[in-house]
Amino acid sequence: MSFSSEFRDGVRDIYPIIFAAVPIGLLWGTLAVAKGLAPLEATLMSAAVFAGASQYIAIDQWREPAPWAALAVTVFIVNIRHVLMSASLSRHMNHIPKRLRAPLLFVLADENWAMSERRALKQPLTLGYYVGLAAPMYVCWTTSTAIGAFAGKALGDPAALGFDFAFSAMFIAILVGFWKGPRTGAVLAASAGVAALVKLTVPGAWFIVAGGLAGALAAALLHREGEA
Amino acid sequence: MIDGLTLLAIAGMALATYATRVSGYLLLGGVTVRGRLKAALDALPPAILVSVIAPTVVATGLAESIAAAITIAAAVLRLPMIAVVAIGVASVVALRAFIG
Repeated sequence: MSFSSEFRDGVRDIYPIIFAAVPIGLLWGTLAVAKGLAPLEATLMSAAVFAGASQYIAIDQWREPAPWAALAVTVFIVNIRHVLMSASLSRHMNHIPKRLRAPLLFVLADENWAMSERRALKQPLTLGYYVGLAAPMYVCWTTSTAIGAFAGKALGDPAALGFDFAFSAMFIAILVGFWKGPRTGAVLAASAGVAALVKLTVPGAWFIVAGGLAGALAAALLHREGEA
Repeated sequence: MIDGLTLLAIAGMALATYATRVSGYLLLGGVTVRGRLKAALDALPPAILVSVIAPTVVATGLAESIAAAITIAAAVLRLPMIAVVAIGVASVVALRAFIG
């Protein structure tokens, strides 16, 4: 279980989704420049924030001069799902050196979080594997947004090419590995129902947190003492 | 050429995002849980996964819903990840072209 073999496993697991992220990054770069950001500023934002969905929403709300406080609050709310993700992942970080854990969470994203949780179902989550997932994603996102910003060329509409769906497809594929019987079905039903309802009725990105908590609550209610 | 307020906005966004990424770990890192709380935390990954995709799957359009059903079938057959993603993307492109 050397660093390099774990690293290779991580790269192997993440690369399909990286291809799908390239047109999304290129498009974000062109939109950011169209909204008045300098290409260097757009690149800096990608490198410092590294969170696609919230960067899209920030660019949508971008004005000159930059409403920095409102943007920070908006981005915080869009990304609040990360609190649940890192809470869950923290239980699988025992094999990663302690001093590296908080810094490594700087590159926690939906895709590498999901892959890490999947890995932790079967074997210990290692530093090599996590870095193997996160490093290519970070390089790819920063580079593709920079190319979009500096060259001003997008690859057309990601939705027309179906790339927007790649992310959902990956999550579906990972989700199947978490199936442990009918009780999982109840958790998924509670989460999906609440998430869809909140998405349709409450503005913003609260639906992920609401759905996640609904599923956790369902699992707690269905728990019987004496079980593992 | 970097504007001061723009830099402040980028710094604020970066800080806000990192705060969300690290706070779950700071709250729970190193804590051992049992019983109902453990059951709840064990359920978080699938609960979050399904919450992220549920609106796309059930409330975007017929093309996305059918593509999701096809993707689920591919995933249940335990095809490799890349195949599941390719099948999902190909189905959504074809279905959007047919259904609109």
